[in-house]
Amino acid sequence: MSSTRASHEMATPGRARTGRWRARWRDRLVVSPLQGWALVGYGIWNVLVFGLVVIAGSLISVGAGLVLLPLALVLLRHSANGARRRALAWTGIKIEQPYRPIPQDVAEASGFAGRISRLMAQLSDVQTWRDLAWTLLDGTIGVTIAALAATMVLYGIYGFAIGISWPALAGHGAHEWYGAINVGTKSGQSNLPRWGTFVTGAAYLVGGAYAGPALVYLHVRLTSVILGPTADARQAALSHRVARLTETRADAVDTQAAELRRIERDLHDGAQARLVAMGMNLGAAEALLDEHPEAAKALLVEARAASAKALTELRELVRGIHPPVLADRGLGDAVRALALDSPLRVEVTVDLPGRLEPAVESAAYFAVSELLTNVAKHAQAHTVRVDLWYGAGRLRVTCTDDGRGGASAGGADAVPGRGRGSGLAGIERRIGTFDGIMAVRSPIGGPTEITLEIPCASSSAKTSTS
Amino acid sequence: MRVVLGEDLYLLREGMARLLTAHGCEVVAAVGDEPALLEAMIEHKPDIAVVDVRMPPTFTDEGLRAALAARKRIPGLPVLVVSQYVEQLYARELLADGAGGVGYLLKDRVFDAAQFIDAVRRVAGGGTAMDPEVIAKLLAHGRAQEPVGTLTPRELEVLGLMAEGRSNAAIAGQMVVTERAVAKHTSNIFAKLNLPPSDDDNRRVLAVLAYLNR
Repeated sequence: MSSTRASHEMATPGRARTGRWRARWRDRLVVSPLQGWALVGYGIWNVLVFGLVVIAGSLISVGAGLVLLPLALVLLRHSANGARRRALAWTGIKIEQPYRPIPQDVAEASGFAGRISRLMAQLSDVQTWRDLAWTLLDGTIGVTIAALAATMVLYGIYGFAIGISWPALAGHGAHEWYGAINVGTKSGQSNLPRWGTFVTGAAYLVGGAYAGPALVYLHVRLTSVILGPTADARQAALSHRVARLTETRADAVDTQAAELRRIERDLHDGAQARLVAMGMNLGAAEALLDEHPEAAKALLVEARAASAKALTELRELVRGIHPPVLADRGLGDAVRALALDSPLRVEVTVDLPGRLEPAVESAAYFAVSELLTNVAKHAQAHTVRVDLWYGAGRLRVTCTDDGRGGASAGGADAVPGRGRGSGLAGIERRIGTFDGIMAVRSPIGGPTEITLEIPCASSSAKTSTS
Repeated sequence: MRVVLGEDLYLLREGMARLLTAHGCEVVAAVGDEPALLEAMIEHKPDIAVVDVRMPPTFTDEGLRAALAARKRIPGLPVLVVSQYVEQLYARELLADGAGGVGYLLKDRVFDAAQFIDAVRRVAGGGTAMDPEVIAKLLAHGRAQEPVGTLTPRELEVLGLMAEGRSNAAIAGQMVVTERAVAKHTSNIFAKLNLPPSDDDNRRVLAVLAYLNR
């Protein structure tokens, strides 16, 4: 019995090792050369893209360039992003997209002027020029590196083929060179004997197998130097992030302190005061119990009423701190409960995998609560849709109403008398603590769509702060 | 009347057991956590189960879930859920099977022994007892959807009191009208909510359900 078990234990890791070994050599001998070929192809394509951009640019003065150049730049961006995707898929190297965001008014501007300003925005982005330089380098140095990765293994195989068919080749009087070996005369009269092709072929095969992945890796590294953010851009992004963290941390501390003050005040003026009154009433009732039972009874009734009031106040307080449904059921049902409590007709769709982080749940809950209150107060809406969705490490909340629109997070440019600005800014600040972002789309006349996104893995540092 | 009691706080459990016993109920089981509660409800098939929402082991909504599970096994098992807070969402879940015999009250209501025992009796008899706070929230909304939106304010008031579990006589007393006037209102409500003539108790439950679902 024990020996069988032992042999099983031996066999399993052994098989796993064989599997890994096979996968590694498949990568070396097949995958890397194929990737090399693909990179050669993309390199040649990039030269074409370079040519297109240059030609389109030179046609600017004629006018046709104004149409062609944006198209060529789309092609350029497409090629660069393709290279970034391949880098991640093939080597796991992540190349960020360091393009500057196009300002919203420029992106939405219409007509000829809009087209020109978008083009200018793209051309003033240093990364566009770096992309262009990359196409040329990729088409030259890149292709050279890729070609090495693509051909070394094949050349090794070719060596074996030549060695095997040497007699036939010699019989036909062929004049071939394989490396430094002259194939074409009878064996023995050549500068090297027949087995030389096997040795050279094997050397290429092994060399190619080891060099292939390294060459692909080198290619991607070179790409990432040019297509990734510059040191300055990195620095700027980090400073931006530090500034934002400082700001949101200050907000979080302020909010929390204000909350604690509110709770303290509510307890002090509410439940605590009522308990004191109850204690006094009970004491008085105790003293009166023997001699004036009627008066004592009245005091007891009063004490009971006070206890009921204290409970009501505590209930409201608890609801404001952490709603019981949220604790019981999580965000989905808590938002459904909010929808039931809203005077508006609220449709809720929930697509969440179980429970989220408690702090995020709470922030999202109060954000939705505030949004619904806002809609009820200002939007003159009939129906509201709230969608909760979770994917790729982010919680997304969308709140759409059919009201009159004109909401803005900025506050200053909100419609006068609308008063939605400060509420939305407050929501943005609060979810900002979790690196959450808010997008408001609310044209005058409606409809209003407000989207919140909160990353749920708190350790994740990747956020878009634009 | 045989009662199963589910409440995790010892003092409250004892207090409620004493209260129920004093009013002629027999507490056949008084338990403090969810598995024991579900087992007791299924084993004893009581005339009514009085259940707290929040209980061990996770202190979320075990009591409610146990009550719903027990009603699935024993359809129509009367359940009175008491809690520190009331949620319309939970009220709807309790009423959803349309079988009646459901109550949902704030724990504070236990203070008024007579009212509490009254609610226990009503629920045990297959009626409903919704907490006035649930009803107040619904009334505060104002705007309602079809078909509840077609009710007049007076009929809405009657429906609210019906949801609390009052009889026509009690509603008449509260609204200072004759019992016949209330009967007329209720039959109007049933007609507007498209509830076919049937057992009056059952129609009352369905009307309350429509009311909570709006």
